[in-house]
Amino acid sequence: MTILAKKPQSMTDKPMHYCPGCGHGIVHRLMGEAFDELNIADRVIGVAPVGCAVFADDYFTCDTVQGAHGRGPAIATGIKRSKPEAVVFSYQGDGDLASIGMAEIVHAAVRSENITVIFINNAIYGMTGGQMAPTTLVGQVATTAPKGRDPELQGWPINMCEMLAQITGAKYLERVAVDTPQNVMKAKKAIKKAFENQVKGVGFSMVEVLSQCPTNWHASVPQSLEFVRTKMMPQYPLGVFKDEGAN
Amino acid sequence: MPRIEVDANRCKACYLCVSACPKKCLGKSKTISKKGYFPAEMEHPENCIGCTMCYMMCPDIAITVIKE
Amino acid sequence: MTEKTLRKGNEALAEGAIRAGARFFAGYPITPQNEVPEYMSAYMADNGGAFVQAESEVAAINMVYGAAATGTRSMTSSSSPGISLKQEGITYLASADLPCLIVNVMRGGPGLGSIAGAQGDYFQATRGGGNGDYRVIVLAPNSVEELGNFPKLGFELAEKYRMPCMILADGILGQMMESMSFNFDPVDPNKLGKFGWAVDIRKNGRAKSKVFSYKGDDLIADVVERAKRYGLIEKTEARWEERDAEDCDVLLAAYGLSSRACLEAVNKAKEEGLKVGLFRPITLWPFPSKRLAELASKAKAVLCVEQSLGQLVQDVKLAVNGKTPVYLNAYPAGGQPDGNTILTAVRSCLNGGKEGLFDLQEHAAGFSYDCKRDESLGMQGDLKGGK
Repeated sequence: MTILAKKPQSMTDKPMHYCPGCGHGIVHRLMGEAFDELNIADRVIGVAPVGCAVFADDYFTCDTVQGAHGRGPAIATGIKRSKPEAVVFSYQGDGDLASIGMAEIVHAAVRSENITVIFINNAIYGMTGGQMAPTTLVGQVATTAPKGRDPELQGWPINMCEMLAQITGAKYLERVAVDTPQNVMKAKKAIKKAFENQVKGVGFSMVEVLSQCPTNWHASVPQSLEFVRTKMMPQYPLGVFKDEGAN
Repeated sequence: MPRIEVDANRCKACYLCVSACPKKCLGKSKTISKKGYFPAEMEHPENCIGCTMCYMMCPDIAITVIKE
Repeated sequence: MTEKTLRKGNEALAEGAIRAGARFFAGYPITPQNEVPEYMSAYMADNGGAFVQAESEVAAINMVYGAAATGTRSMTSSSSPGISLKQEGITYLASADLPCLIVNVMRGGPGLGSIAGAQGDYFQATRGGGNGDYRVIVLAPNSVEELGNFPKLGFELAEKYRMPCMILADGILGQMMESMSFNFDPVDPNKLGKFGWAVDIRKNGRAKSKVFSYKGDDLIADVVERAKRYGLIEKTEARWEERDAEDCDVLLAAYGLSSRACLEAVNKAKEEGLKVGLFRPITLWPFPSKRLAELASKAKAVLCVEQSLGQLVQDVKLAVNGKTPVYLNAYPAGGQPDGNTILTAVRSCLNGGKEGLFDLQEHAAGFSYDCKRDESLGMQGDLKGGK
């Protein structure tokens, strides 16, 4: 008997609390697979954010630190500078990273902190119940944009990978999605690379994951995958925005 | 021969696995789980090719893929 | 113990912190504490530690949060408005039971205020500027010598009780030079044991360490449990200094730099034949209430001398509990006391005068303020604002 695929060893047995169909769980698993495959599980220290993934620390066997909203990259900086041999990640949502934590993510990139950032972009505030995020699409309805996001009043969505690509210290930036098995495979490769970079000492690496939020998009799971493909991808094209790894 | 196991205690019935399966092996169980969901289950085990796509899409890591 | 040398307050503090085993510092420039990050940037790396100039005070305190989570002796320093920004991190540090050192070299406030030394952050330090039920141990040095030696005490208390400790100094203390010596041998942090709770590389299958702030269902139990530590600290860790306090008519109560001016007043009073003593809290939280109450019961009056507008006096009044009259001699927003101005207030305490004594409600007597909208200036709707 051969096991072809099962829960990564670096993950706990605790069932995840995320809503049905949510992308967080897929990304968690890809991270766990990367820890196993890179054999770094006992060196990883994770920073869990404020947001839906505030309980992410329950799902990994590694040591974890819960942080304040948006401050993940600063907390990861403190951990990494104190324990350079550790592999440190900051896991953040779009409200966390692209709104309240904008300064922290930009300056972690500026300093090229040798950390790995996993950025979940689902174009909405999930934990608080569907408010407009900085990444909410034009016209997308949110509880604080009941008529849809109006650029005249609320501005336009922000593209973090493209923005951070301007920063010299940002060494690896890729945007992926988890809407199809093919994209999940690409996401896995990107996430693994972002951790491998840290092991090699490349510097600041971030993977942005377009993720579905059926609950707050008020969509069925298939509809939410469709939304990722037809609405999010045109605004947030998939691809590598920077790769200055140790090639 | 490949087969899958679905952990009914983890499955939240999003059925991402059902739509991911290229061989249409998976379906919805008629038995309600402890969590209150109708979990995904193998309907046509004979068609499974062990491609792991169901595992890949599962957000709850409820699926184990095994080759006998 | 080192030989006495002349040092600037901020530099003594920075050197003292490195000697005490601090190996992580994150900060952001703000006057009058800039010598601290400057010193750290020059010497921290040589001592095997890390210095980060953060993008903001908010980021700096969160970097400290991360470093403290690894069990590293970690610290930040700032001045009043910067400490306001750090409050988010401080309440998180308290909630996650993380030890660290926070230094506030106070300046005039509120808001941007001035860069003059002041004591306006007493409430912020002792009551907690952040949200929720928590305390921070607060040490108040009154000399460059103490500024240099308190980081070690601060780290030890912080680690003993797993909570943040603050050194509350002020701009003048930070900027002035005095002869001082370090009363301890340098600490080698590599020779300190690890903490079971800290996050680290996991060796030999060690169980997972989780540093967390959000306690879910157990929050009430956690907050109540943590309060036991607070009670123990109040019982056992209060520190203070006395001068002629056992036998005096007027007991001065002052901390930090104002206590130095009070010493001058005590000496001058003696020349005049007045019996004046001094009670100086060294820990502002825990406040040495018990001893102050004992001493106050023997005095005719307690005079609180503070460089703020009625903050320390609240703790003094709570301690004295109405048994002796408590007066306030206040120097807010960068004002500086001296022996003579304090003595004026001392005399008022004894002769029922008012000179030098501050009372907020009397202060407001006869005051009126025009806050009416003025229609002759036009109407709000005349020019539509917004987009």
